[in-house]
Amino acid sequence: MLFAGLRVMRLMAEERIEETTKDKKTEIRTAFAKAFPNTVPVLAGYLALGIGFGVLMETSGYGAGWSVLASVMIFGGSIQYVAITLFSQPFAPLNAFFLSLLVNIRHIFYGISMFKKYNGLGKIRYFLIFALTDETYSITSAITPPDDVNKKYFYFFISFLDYTYWIIGSFIGGLLGAVLEFNSQGIDFVLTALFTVLFVDQVRTGGNRIPGAIGIICATLATVILGPDNMVIGAMVLIMVTLLAGRRKLC
Amino acid sequence: MLSGTELVLTFLALGAGTLLTRAVPFVVFPEGKKRPPIVDYLGKVLPPAMIGFLIVYCLKETEVTAWPYGIPELLSIAVTAGLHIWRGNFLISIAAGTLLYMFLIQNIF
Repeated sequence: MLFAGLRVMRLMAEERIEETTKDKKTEIRTAFAKAFPNTVPVLAGYLALGIGFGVLMETSGYGAGWSVLASVMIFGGSIQYVAITLFSQPFAPLNAFFLSLLVNIRHIFYGISMFKKYNGLGKIRYFLIFALTDETYSITSAITPPDDVNKKYFYFFISFLDYTYWIIGSFIGGLLGAVLEFNSQGIDFVLTALFTVLFVDQVRTGGNRIPGAIGIICATLATVILGPDNMVIGAMVLIMVTLLAGRRKLC
Repeated sequence: MLSGTELVLTFLALGAGTLLTRAVPFVVFPEGKKRPPIVDYLGKVLPPAMIGFLIVYCLKETEVTAWPYGIPELLSIAVTAGLHIWRGNFLISIAAGTLLYMFLIQNIF
């Protein structure tokens, strides 16, 4: 997966060499400039959560290098936190595999909503799919790049910047560990705030209001009925059934 | 403690599972192949529904039947959403909501 990312970067670099025209460089620079501000909330959130992950890894006996490797290879916030317990248990890779499927099953829905945006972008698509986290999805699904910006580079930079923040956060966490003085309790709320803001933006478009409400109501019902640990699959089933049942009215 | 090799293999298993959940839709409906209309319908209505889901997912551990009854979360979300509807500045809304939440849980609740 790391290799996929690196390959994409190499391809981009080669492309850059081939097309020495200034237009290309300007295009890439513009895409970066437009993409970056959208990732700032994720910067704060991923640094905080990444640091948290690094610290927890450190207390389980695995240093910064291992945290970075985990973040590079897995790139999934919730699964990395959940998996820390596995690292102090006997070796069971198959368990780890099934656990990651279960914890991340919601990502299937993300792919379904990204066909229109990610198809036709060439090889970069593979990296975009690898890096489709909750946070990246919430940005790329809600935000459309401005007309004068190259879509391909725009989406690449959002995903790549998010990936970088996550890796750097894990590194800092592993390195500083308990030395950290700043009381950061509650900083992970930045992600809740990010989703709230994106939600407000989404439901401003009239047609999105009912699906948005369906998401909140179904997820809440699933949490109340099944409890926080088992809500994910229940919520997904409820959302799917409700959206499909309301197809005629929502379309 | 796992050995280095075991740890790397565990990371690999976790990464493979995660990647699989992200790649399945793109493998089932490859580029250029016609998708059933129902899939495109879902692609249109899922983003708002899933962002709603993610808000609840972030808050799922909040204790609402005992003190502080989820008040810090509710207040901070209200401020974030309110500011965003009022001013429409993405970063201001997020920063204000987050700082308020940190202040509330560190000093008041």
